[in-house]
Amino acid sequence: MVTGKGGTGKTTVAAAMALSLADQGKRVLLVEVEGRQGLAQLFDVPPLPYVERKIAVGPGGGEVFALAVDAEAALLEYLDMFYHLGRAGKALDKVGAVDFVTTIAPGLRDVLLTGKVYEATRRKAHGRLAYDAVVLDAPPTGRIGPFLNVNHEVAGLAKVGPIRNQADAIMGMLRSDVTRIHLVTLLEEMPVQETLDAVEQLETLDLRIGSIVVNMVRHSPLDDESLALAVKEKLPTAELTKGLRAAGISASKQMVSTLAAEARDHAVRIGLERENRDRIDALGKEVTELGLVPDGIDHGALFDLAEDLRS
Amino acid sequence: MTALDLDALIDDPTTRIIVTCGAGGVGKTTTAAALGLRAAERGRKVVVLTIDPARRLAQSLGLTELDNTPRAVKDVDGANGGSLDAMMLDMKRTFDEVVLAHATPEKAEQILANPFYVALSSSFAGTQEYMAMEKLGQLHKQAEKTGEWDLIVVDTPPSRSALDFLDAPERLASLLEGRFLRLLLAPARGPLRLMSAGVNLAMSVMNKVLGAQVLTDVQTFAAAFDTLFGGFRERAEKTVALLREPHTAFLVVAAPQNDALREASYFADRLREERMPLAGVVLNRVTTTHAPDLSAERSLAAAEKLTDSDKSALTAAVLLLHADRMQQVVGEAKRADRFRRGHRSVPTVDVPALPDDVHDLAGLRQIGDLLTA
Repeated sequence: MVTGKGGTGKTTVAAAMALSLADQGKRVLLVEVEGRQGLAQLFDVPPLPYVERKIAVGPGGGEVFALAVDAEAALLEYLDMFYHLGRAGKALDKVGAVDFVTTIAPGLRDVLLTGKVYEATRRKAHGRLAYDAVVLDAPPTGRIGPFLNVNHEVAGLAKVGPIRNQADAIMGMLRSDVTRIHLVTLLEEMPVQETLDAVEQLETLDLRIGSIVVNMVRHSPLDDESLALAVKEKLPTAELTKGLRAAGISASKQMVSTLAAEARDHAVRIGLERENRDRIDALGKEVTELGLVPDGIDHGALFDLAEDLRS
Repeated sequence: MTALDLDALIDDPTTRIIVTCGAGGVGKTTTAAALGLRAAERGRKVVVLTIDPARRLAQSLGLTELDNTPRAVKDVDGANGGSLDAMMLDMKRTFDEVVLAHATPEKAEQILANPFYVALSSSFAGTQEYMAMEKLGQLHKQAEKTGEWDLIVVDTPPSRSALDFLDAPERLASLLEGRFLRLLLAPARGPLRLMSAGVNLAMSVMNKVLGAQVLTDVQTFAAAFDTLFGGFRERAEKTVALLREPHTAFLVVAAPQNDALREASYFADRLREERMPLAGVVLNRVTTTHAPDLSAERSLAAAEKLTDSDKSALTAAVLLLHADRMQQVVGEAKRADRFRRGHRSVPTVDVPALPDDVHDLAGLRQIGDLLTA
């Protein structure tokens, strides 16, 4: 499971994780549940239907299949699979019951979405598991607790019955050793705060945290000493003036002070990033860094990130 | 391509509502708070409704408690006769209040205890949007009645898609008025035989899959909510009408990145389509430089030269930073320009990026200055 605050790149990280597993020769299913078609955009393919479709092949013979789960389609599939309700299912859909149930009761909706992951994880093909791994591009940190706590959400609505049993089985899988939740963050105040809150919430629910992925990391060309000087606006102007001249750049007073001010802005930001990194490290979890891809994410960049994740 | 004059907007006494909208993470809430503070210090009686502020920003506004009521913000300069109140939306509480205000006490109690109502009011995807609009309607009514505010600044929920915020009230209303709920209500009203075979089949499936208790709960919920249905649509329509009036101004907040600009474009077009008054676009967190003539290429080459000849590593590093910054400046300018050419009639204003987050009134004043510079 990969979660993170909106804008931190959790879909990209989920895709890179799937690719990195495929690189190791594994058959991987990459699932999205938010109806955003984020995977199709990322892999530059037409919108994904409710069908598992191969979207990438790893050099080690592994493969990545992608699936966009839709709660309504999942409900109809579920009804058909367990109750053989082809026609009745359609009748439900026709009177608006499917729409109603999946909209008004988000807990039921989440059971259907996680239920599909549960099914894919356990599915057998040719005498072995159909997938070695399932990677879920999960809802954002703000919603991840209730989303994975399906049992609780459903308990309020259905005390007994098949949906309740299904929820119990899913919860069992989510809490077991096969599941890990990875949280993607940037070194900014809001995403870090949400990550800390989510870790606490998920652990209270007995769910297992995998790693914290710190995304879009930029390394400073300045050493720590210079960073400290830059923050205090005490970079040696004489050295900068001499250096600029040596490089053939007009070293006007204004140019020197502009460059020093830019270095200060940068140093202030690095300082904030470090504070945020300390807060992440204080969690005592495994932390993985992914570098910033300056020109945007394309196919090649995705494979690079996958490689970074592996190492 | 015109400049957006935000001082003129907040100083105009006919501006009564300002709505900030845009993608999440572009500084929408900060913009709303900064504009509210500036308007207050220029003499307006302002209330700011925020949805999900960053913790430190909330603290700076004194929003430590989620009590769903506007509270005066401390340390606001009231020399010009203005004032600033702020509140954070509690969506469940707002929903509960709607129920309590429009149903009999007995029915209200039934609704509030129903598990489907609890699910709907705390996690339905459109509830937050709907309740933000509901609260805006309430604040507007109160302002008209008591005169305690003459400007409402409202932040919209951090929806990923702009559509959500405009469509949510309609979605919630149509869900509550939908065919299926009507059908669920039917047995309570008339003989079962009037129901079609399809509905009977649907009911029996639901019973089998969900269990009888669930269906009973849904029916109780539907019956109890029945009296509120008409009200919901009517209120949603009223709020939308309020937003179309000329005393409302929409501000789209964006950052000069492709995703945020794409959302801003979409939002600007949608507002025009809906005949909502778009005041302009705030381009937030724009990277700036005082040395635009030193290009990224020259800066990089100079840094390389220094490194190769083993001279001032510090200067080389500073030049690398400048090169990086220039790349951003140029890229952002290109994207912003493309946006402006695509929306020639939409006024825009650029707000330079600050190195750190805003978390006090001084920071908000600084943003206010930058918004109107």
